[in-house]
Amino acid sequence: MTMMIGIPREVHSGERRVAATPESATQLIKLGFKVSLESGAGLQSQLADVLYAAVGVEIVPDTRSLWSNADIILKVRAPEMNTLLGVDECELLSPGKTLISFIWPAQNPDLLQRIKARGATAMAMDSIPRISRAQKMDALSSMANIAGYRAIVEAAQHFGRFFTGQITAAGKVLPAKVMVIGAGVAGLSAIGAARSMGAIVRAFDTRPEVKQQIESMGAEFLEMDFVEEGSGTGGYAKQMSPEFIKAEMALFAQQARDVDIIVTTALIPGKPAPKLITAEMVASMKSGSVIVDLAAEQGGNCECTVPGQVAVVNGVSVIGYTDLPSRLATQSSQLYGTNLRHLLTDLTPAKDGVMVVNMEDDVIRGATVVHNGALTWPAPPPKVVAIAPAKPAGAMPAAAPKHGESSAPATVRSLVTMTVVGALVFGFIGAYAPAAFLPHFTVFVLACFIGYQVVWNVKPALHTPLMSVTNAISGIIVIGALLQVSSSDMVVKVLATVSVLIATINISGGFRVTQRMLNMFRKD
Amino acid sequence: MINGLMTVSYIAAAILFILSLGGLSQQETARRGNAYGALGMALAIFATILGAQVTGFTLLLPAIAVGAVVGWVLAVRVEMTQMPELVASLHSFVGLAATLVGYASYLDPHAHFEGADKTIHEVEIFLGVFIGAITFTGSIIAFGKLRGSISGKPLTLPARHWLNLAGIIASIYLGYVFMNAEGTSGLTALLIMTAIAFLIGVHLVMAIGGADMPVVVSMLNSYSGWAAAATGFMLSNDLLIVTGALVGSSGAILSYIMCRAMNRSFVSVILGGFGTGGGTSAAAVEGEVVAISAADTGELLTEAREVIIVPGYGMAVAQAQGVISEITKRLRAKGIKVRFAIHPVAGRLPGHMNVLLAEAKVPYDIVMEMDEINADFPNTDAVLVVGANDIVNPSAQDDPNSPIAGMPVLEVWKAKTVVVFKRSMATGYAGVDNPLFFKENTRMLFGDAKKSVDDILAHIPA
Repeated sequence: MTMMIGIPREVHSGERRVAATPESATQLIKLGFKVSLESGAGLQSQLADVLYAAVGVEIVPDTRSLWSNADIILKVRAPEMNTLLGVDECELLSPGKTLISFIWPAQNPDLLQRIKARGATAMAMDSIPRISRAQKMDALSSMANIAGYRAIVEAAQHFGRFFTGQITAAGKVLPAKVMVIGAGVAGLSAIGAARSMGAIVRAFDTRPEVKQQIESMGAEFLEMDFVEEGSGTGGYAKQMSPEFIKAEMALFAQQARDVDIIVTTALIPGKPAPKLITAEMVASMKSGSVIVDLAAEQGGNCECTVPGQVAVVNGVSVIGYTDLPSRLATQSSQLYGTNLRHLLTDLTPAKDGVMVVNMEDDVIRGATVVHNGALTWPAPPPKVVAIAPAKPAGAMPAAAPKHGESSAPATVRSLVTMTVVGALVFGFIGAYAPAAFLPHFTVFVLACFIGYQVVWNVKPALHTPLMSVTNAISGIIVIGALLQVSSSDMVVKVLATVSVLIATINISGGFRVTQRMLNMFRKD
Repeated sequence: MINGLMTVSYIAAAILFILSLGGLSQQETARRGNAYGALGMALAIFATILGAQVTGFTLLLPAIAVGAVVGWVLAVRVEMTQMPELVASLHSFVGLAATLVGYASYLDPHAHFEGADKTIHEVEIFLGVFIGAITFTGSIIAFGKLRGSISGKPLTLPARHWLNLAGIIASIYLGYVFMNAEGTSGLTALLIMTAIAFLIGVHLVMAIGGADMPVVVSMLNSYSGWAAAATGFMLSNDLLIVTGALVGSSGAILSYIMCRAMNRSFVSVILGGFGTGGGTSAAAVEGEVVAISAADTGELLTEAREVIIVPGYGMAVAQAQGVISEITKRLRAKGIKVRFAIHPVAGRLPGHMNVLLAEAKVPYDIVMEMDEINADFPNTDAVLVVGANDIVNPSAQDDPNSPIAGMPVLEVWKAKTVVVFKRSMATGYAGVDNPLFFKENTRMLFGDAKKSVDDILAHIPA
């Protein structure tokens, strides 16, 4: 039985995103699903109905029939009151239906109860465990990435100067200084956007392991003389001690006087956002400065933030928009649609258009907050660690000794063996070999040692030329053949002549090709 | 020319050969080293020809002339990607020459030895022919494998070690017969032994897989040296002994370096059949590979600050080095730091990649060895893996059950993004799955390596 996927128009005021794009819908159809779209759902993301219809999506004008015909509902925002119809979206769910959207189960316990009461299944895009395998469906990251970028765009909009420094005929322009607090996905994205506009960017994070990431984006990592590990589980930060926060605030106060733009992204899971930028700090900033508070929805990192609005305090614009991803709707819809598509790929192992909620799968288990009318939130912690924790010292596998470093007793043993064998061989030769043999033997042994010493110094890069040179000089065997070629015996003559011929090929070919190769090696 | 002068010339030639190998230790002195070698060789040949013992000029001069021209033409014509084949064929010549000289020495009616001297002389002939014969056929098989006319897969006959052992025992017995034979009547034993040695040479190399060729080629290099040294003993010629010993130890060291780079003992490589043993339970690799387009790769490269390129045998096969060099040039012109990381066993010949890159005009000071560059991967934005597989396999470090566990590898996965060029999802030579392909920072660029690099180049503005 092929399932029908329904994509309703978002009802939240100001929401411009849509849960599927024509591209992601194409992929969903490839998975065997039928896809229907509420007429006009993609308009705000610049995606007209005809674009969907062209890839085989059914356009449904009526909201109720879309919901009632669909087995799977894909949405962006959590269900809420549809004022146009005068009905809560939850009421449109029924047993056997599955809703996939952002749900924020921790913040919306009564929403969970309402979905539960409908006997439906709900999957929260925000509850997908942050493990490597699930990155492709991590909508939080893709939305945060957009929010970080948009934060800089908004800041630029309210900031009265260039971001980049310039020397122009009309005078010198100093580059803008940007401070980013919190180097998660949004913070790093903001750093990247600000850097590419030419600003000087500094960034702070309580987790020391992100220093490298910050620096890799081209920002300076702000450090303080205070040591406390700020990494929590799941790649998030944890709440810090009061002493740490005091030191941190001193750093921000000092930076606030210097920078032009502050972007704050500090969030602690399940808690209101920490207040990091006080009213005094805002007052100390230059007039015309901008603060973008990405934590506005959770109360804001700045004391002056008004969620959803731009507040101007002492000439400083404090941007508290809570819909930054929606302000870049086309991009957001594209990434969110792709996230959903990846989740549905995992949910449809047979690619036959039938969704299977496999509660043994860590990712699916984590996302499922209501399963057939039963509350399944919160999920047990995933079995796989999100980001490898710092390796405990001494936990390296002892079974793999590094190459070339054999253990000491083995070295001693092989040394003893070599000495004994060597002594026996030399003793035997000394005792039985004829006198005429010994000078040659001496020469041989010494030459081996010289060869050993000399060849170890050869760079690996020159190993091929080394082989061709040794090839050429092993053509020295021609000497033996030359001495035999004058023999009176015909067979010997023939054999020797052939030897001379092939050994000469070796000599001339070996040296010539070595020369060719060496001429190629050049320095810059 | 009197004998004293000849001896002095030989000493000079020996010194020049040593200087020649010494010169090869640095790129700056390498050309001089090659010149020393050629000079030494010329000196030795002239001294010998002008000596009183040599009279057969009518045979000798044409042979030398023809050989020199053939060798010269071969050397000028050879493609750098065919260097392994050339080296293998040159080895077979030394082996054949050593065998022939051994026979000639045995049949030479002028050589008269008595008692212990005779025994020693015959042991030398026997050994010289034995080593020469193994080198000859072994090199021919290696040549065939490198060329692709013989399958690169190891041939594993049942009881193959016993076959080799039986061959060696039979040869020792024939040696005993040979020594006790009167006059030249030991020729039959010598011929049978040669046939057996030919077979051993074939069988030894047939049992070794394609990617072990660096070891095989350097091992044959070593054998050809020992063959020359054995010839030197039988002719009581110190110059041959010195040269043979130099070449022999050089090849032995190269074999050792190659084996160490694969974390395998010399014996296990020589006995062959690698990758076919049962009982290894490498962890199955799970996950999803993420593909990338050439256009995106080009963009990734232009936006990177540090790029490392890891070439492997696949680059040589696809003849992609020229385009890669051009990509490198364009990226460097943009101020992007580009370097090459060379694993010791990349390619089919020690140092093969270096020669290919040098031919493509990549400056050698940005071509790094594994130990020089391995620590730099975490600070690298983009890594291109071109035609390499096992040498970048993280299982070597992570999975103690992997057949390649413990082999030193290039830690490419520590870089921010790794782009792996690959024709398909096939395993590498060792038959081991590569978890690198499934890492989250790995992108796969499928298709022919040459075409892929061409496309990338098209997306990097000059």
